[in-house]
Amino acid sequence: MRKLSLVVIGMYLSMVHAFSQAPTDSSLYKSKKLKLDEINLVSSYYDQTADKSAVMGGEPGPRGIANVTDFANGIDLTLIGWDQKKRKNTLALGLGLDYHTAASQAYVDSNGISKNDGTRIYPTINWTRENEQKGTSFGLGAYYSAEHNYYHSIGINASASKKNKSNGEFSLKVVGFFDKINMIYPAEFYPVDSVKNVQSTDSIVYRTSASGQTEAFIYNSGQLVSNPKSHKVQTPTKPRNTYTASLSFTQIINQRMQGSVEMDLVYQTGYLGLPFHRVFYNTGKDTIENLPSQRFKLPIGFRLNYFLGDRVIIRSYYRFYVDSWGLMSNTFNLEVPVKITPFLSLSPFYRFYAQTAARYFAPYKVHSETDEYFTSNYALAQFNSSMFGAGFRIAPPKGVFINSLRTLEIRYSHYMQTTDLNANIISFNLTFK
Amino acid sequence: MIRNSNAKFLFAILFTSILVSCVHVKEYQKSRINDSEMSLSSRHIEKNEQNAESYREGSSGANGGKTGGGCGCN
Repeated sequence: MRKLSLVVIGMYLSMVHAFSQAPTDSSLYKSKKLKLDEINLVSSYYDQTADKSAVMGGEPGPRGIANVTDFANGIDLTLIGWDQKKRKNTLALGLGLDYHTAASQAYVDSNGISKNDGTRIYPTINWTRENEQKGTSFGLGAYYSAEHNYYHSIGINASASKKNKSNGEFSLKVVGFFDKINMIYPAEFYPVDSVKNVQSTDSIVYRTSASGQTEAFIYNSGQLVSNPKSHKVQTPTKPRNTYTASLSFTQIINQRMQGSVEMDLVYQTGYLGLPFHRVFYNTGKDTIENLPSQRFKLPIGFRLNYFLGDRVIIRSYYRFYVDSWGLMSNTFNLEVPVKITPFLSLSPFYRFYAQTAARYFAPYKVHSETDEYFTSNYALAQFNSSMFGAGFRIAPPKGVFINSLRTLEIRYSHYMQTTDLNANIISFNLTFK
Repeated sequence: MIRNSNAKFLFAILFTSILVSCVHVKEYQKSRINDSEMSLSSRHIEKNEQNAESYREGSSGANGGKTGGGCGCN
């Protein structure tokens, strides 16, 4: 009997040992090379109707038309790996390509014959190293953009964050953008000597474009005497630098609520207007907008998200903004995703925005020739705007149509400004894992 | 203007009170907090919408997007 008991106890102990959790041997840990974790494809189509374009100095009516279409496409790749010290490394690579048409750009030439379309390409790279045990992270990034009216823009950033024991996280990010702006003037402001080898009896018609290079058509006695491609106008550039320090604090408040505070300190210096934006004085004479060469901006944003019951999420956002040009704004955004099933949700949203005018803004033919700084760009005017729409998101565990397509999102919004600007935008996002 | 300043001050007090009244939430209690639609940042699909806003409006920033530069916007 005693022998039998010992056998049973021995078998029991063997089983307990077999199913017990063996102590982790940290020497067995192996680093993992960067591996593709996620691909995001985002496409949007934007369609705007407006007048009072900045190119025509805020002129109402057909010459001030400011209709825009923009087809934007982007791909973001996220690669994740773990190093020897168990730190998580994330490499994010992005590439964006936009094609736009802007009716106002045709009026860079006062006859409305300029090229009115253009492309923009913008690659990005960001690397982040995260120590999950210490709750810290550090990142570096770079950005490049070649755009409609920019020769180029180069951006660099560095970020760091630290989590505390009470589910809070403090982050700091510094960003610098170093832009070169093509000085594409309205045709009537081109210096006569910007085209070489022209006879004194020739007349020149410039075909300028905010999307590309400027060409000169040379006429003699009413006849085109020169191939404009052989007379490309050399366009000078001017710098614009933007330095931003972003501070943010996020906090989990309870099992259903979390919030954040984010503040940006922004300093811009250089050429802060655009050279093809006209201003018409109250005398009828026109010129190019002139804005100060420095601008300080201070936006502060607050987010509060709440999970109500099992199906409804309330996402709220408020931003206060003030800058050194006298522009002040308030933005309020509310979005309510409703989970129809755990994997399918519908998200109606509403955004309200109100801004005061910058002190240098005045409408068409209101500025005086004695004004030091002047613009008729309605982005700096006083107005309110409303935007509403809805998003649809589906993310079943076995994928949408195919296993690797994890999430499909569609979002539509309608935007209305009290300046008579109206726009529609539809966006698609596909996430592959 | 004074009324506007008071409203902002009260909002800041209320928001700060909410943040400091937090309770400790353990990892296994974060199923709702970790839901992708509870994220405290803007989502991928909002990127181009925010870009359009930065062109059409005079202010930008404090939303994870651009604060100026890198584009023809303000």
